[in-house]
Order: sequence, then structure tokens, then C-alpha cells
Amino acid sequence: MIEMAIHSLVIAGLIVSALMVFYFRDLLAATLAAGFFSFLISVEFYILQAPDVAISQAAIGAGLTTAIFIITIRATSRYEGGNP
Amino acid sequence: MRMSKIVRTGANLLYPFILIFGLYVIMHGHLTPGGGFQGGAVVATGVALVIVAYSFEEVTSMIKKVGMKARESIGLLIFIGAGIGALAVGAPFFSNFLAHSGLLFGQSIPSGPNPGDLNTAGVIPIMNLAVGIEVWGGLAIIVLYMLSSIPKEGS
Repeated sequence: MIEMAIHSLVIAGLIVSALMVFYFRDLLAATLAAGFFSFLISVEFYILQAPDVAISQAAIGAGLTTAIFIITIRATSRYEGGNP
Repeated sequence: MRMSKIVRTGANLLYPFILIFGLYVIMHGHLTPGGGFQGGAVVATGVALVIVAYSFEEVTSMIKKVGMKARESIGLLIFIGAGIGALAVGAPFFSNFLAHSGLLFGQSIPSGPNPGDLNTAGVIPIMNLAVGIEVWGGLAIIVLYMLSSIPKEGS
């Protein structure tokens, strides 16, 4: 029962954060939403009893991918469709 | 574009703790979840945090490209050295010649339920350490090369 509730909460958070990635015009905020999506995926892996994969996902998905996107935003423009 | 003072101070504060946690995951790879790759990725996340917070000129005085390349090479050398060391004692390639030997990481595992002993499992912790050092250097140098391509003026 409680597991079902946590599963539903995490999956609802996944859908909401994916929609936030789609709708944000500020690319830095969209990157942070993608990082939060990765963090929720890692929580889901941990609930499904795969802590190995959860550590990998938290380090690579939520850490390094976000860092690479932030560096890319520093090299280009921050707002989508704006003049650079 | 420079990050704000809050980001730089937070990165300086968090960097040693992330480093220690990643090295813990590497060192306990044969007992707890995680291992060489996961711990190395956690350590590389700490390095990436510092790289994101500072500009390229400030980062190169703290984190050297040569050091990261050396970590990658030394990790791979230790890994293949552990494999060839098994040949040197007459066992097959990559055989676990240190387990139950009483030497480094060589204690026998007690039977029954127990919390786990760090000083077991033979050559596996050495390979975890090698893979951890190698992933640390490899993933950090990817982010470092990303940063080095930003033009000087910035936006």
C-alpha cells in the first residue's frame, strides 16, 4: 500500500518534471528540471531494489550531464530564441 | 560569465565531502552497493562541481589536465598489473591470487551472517580502486575539455 503510494508519487513527479523541461524558456531552469528528472529516476531505481544503478544514475545523470549542459549554456545564450 | 559568490563558496565547501564519499564507495565496493565505476563517477561529480563554479583560467590553477590524464593511465596500468600479477605467481590471467592468502586483502570470510570485513576478497578491491581512479580522471577530463572550448570573453 505504502509502496504503491510512493511509486505513484515518483511517477507523477517524473511526468511533471519532464513537462517542465518542455515548457521552460529559461534553459538553465530547464537543465535543472532535467537534473531533477534524473534524480527521481534514481529514486525509482532505489525503490525497485537496484541501488547500484541508482548510484550510477545519480552521479552520471543528475551530476555530470547537468554540469555539461550548464557549461554549454555558459558558452551560448541562456534564453531560448533570444539574441545571443 | 562568472558564477556568483554563493555558488563558488558552496562548491568549495562541498568538494571535500563529495570526494570522501566517492572514495568510500570505491573502497567498500566489494561489501556494499557501488564499486569502482559508481564511486569514480561520484568523485568526478565533485570535480565537475568545481569546474562549473569557476572560469577556465581559475580552474586550471586548481585542476590540471596532465594530472587527470595521469590518473586515467595509472588506473588502467594498475588494473592490467593486477591481471599480470596473477600470471607472475603461476595462476591463470586475472585469477584471484590474493584471496585466502593472508596478505593484502587476503583474510578468509567468516561463515554465517556477519557485517562484512574490509580486509577480504583478494584482488577485487585493488581492481575497484584502479577502475575508480581511471573513471575519476576520464570523466573529469571530459568536463574540463568542454570548459576549455568556451571563448575568452564569454557572454
